[in-house]
Amino acid sequence: MAQHKVNYTQSGGLPVALTSIDKIVNWGRSNSIWALTYGLACCGIEMMASGASRYDFDRFGTIFRASPRQADVMIVAGTLTKKHAEFIKRLYDQMTEPRWVISMGSCANTGGMFNTYATVQGVDRVIPVDLYLPGCAPRPETLQYGVMLLQQKIRANKASRAQVAKRLM
Amino acid sequence: MRVYKPKDNVQKKAYYSDRFFISPQVPKFDVESDEVFAKDLEAIKAKFEVKEAYIQVEQMVVFINPEDNFKVLELLKNDLEYTQLSEMSAIDWLADKQGFEIFYQMLSMNKRKRLRIKMFIKNGEAVNSVEKLFRSADWSEREMFDMFGIEANNHPFMKRILMPYDWKGHPLLKTYPLEGDEFAAWYEVDKIFGKEARDIIGPELRDTAKVDRYDSDRFVRLGHEVPKGTTITGNEPKVEQNYQEEDGVFLVKKLNKKDSVIVTDPQR
Ligand code: SF4
Repeated sequence: MAQHKVNYTQSGGLPVALTSIDKIVNWGRSNSIWALTYGLACCGIEMMASGASRYDFDRFGTIFRASPRQADVMIVAGTLTKKHAEFIKRLYDQMTEPRWVISMGSCANTGGMFNTYATVQGVDRVIPVDLYLPGCAPRPETLQYGVMLLQQKIRANKASRAQVAKRLM
Repeated sequence: MRVYKPKDNVQKKAYYSDRFFISPQVPKFDVESDEVFAKDLEAIKAKFEVKEAYIQVEQMVVFINPEDNFKVLELLKNDLEYTQLSEMSAIDWLADKQGFEIFYQMLSMNKRKRLRIKMFIKNGEAVNSVEKLFRSADWSEREMFDMFGIEANNHPFMKRILMPYDWKGHPLLKTYPLEGDEFAAWYEVDKIFGKEARDIIGPELRDTAKVDRYDSDRFVRLGHEVPKGTTITGNEPKVEQNYQEEDGVFLVKKLNKKDSVIVTDPQR
């Protein structure tokens, strides 16, 4: 049987750690950022690589989910076409708050090299974006760094803060 | 949509043009030079009017009347062993000839030959669908309709295939601007938020190379980050990259950079 050892010389002799609500909530949030699987083009391959064994997103608590209702962050990895724009908005609306968006790669940031009639020139025309990752495609390290920055961003905000809409829509 | 302008417009005219220049053409050969093709052409000519026929890059090209297209392809498929329609689409000749050229690229595995049936239609005319003969024509004809606006009669599902159903315009026409017309530019905004949102969201920024390093609202320099909105002077000090805040994260051990090892051998 496992014995719980109490170190009586620390923490006033009690197995207790003190912290603030904000910190513990943000700790929970920032270390379990579940991502919506959203590979739209070639960047999706790098996103998959980040989730696989070599780069291993699971150790950040980032686990890819197939449903927007279980996801906290939407990693838009790839080219958003105009035909698909309404669906990205619908999926974003289906995510529960608090929610974040990482725009991964030039295509998602600005339309990238697809300066054409069929490509949305940046996903921020449709949904609000928290983090833009440059690159075509960004390396998995960039995405990891992006997720770490997002963790910092989450921890920097008050947990009880109401989610403000970035755009009045 | 833009209006058609002649291609030889003054501003685009070259300062110097070689009077003796002849643009290179892929050489055309007589159909008689290949006996398999010669026989095929005989069979087609026996029943249908052939306007022109030649061999180019070892493939026979046959020009027919647009009304005959289904019958000709039926003959090719059932009697002449051209069992595959590998490709079909249209070519925009609106500016020069006020019409489209439609081509059907056929393949015969038995004869190891490729043959191209071509026909010319006027702008606004429809073609007969060959979907009943070749299943591959199903999507190709929808694509032709989507990209050029050429309808195929008797097609079971004549709708757009690549662009959304409510799209306006046919993008592969030479008059269609590459960056899209006004409808295309506002498509997603109009559809999701409504026309009144145009003012709030603003027009598309098409200059993707535009990076303003003095704009700290929209750009940061990696390793030299400053808070959003700060005026940038150009000699920002280097910011040390830390993955955790100074006072640490609850229950997460802080990385001590001094104790960490940098792995230089990728094959470790
Ligand atoms: S940014 Fe580059 S790699 Fe990523 S989706 Fe666009 S073209 Fe592909």
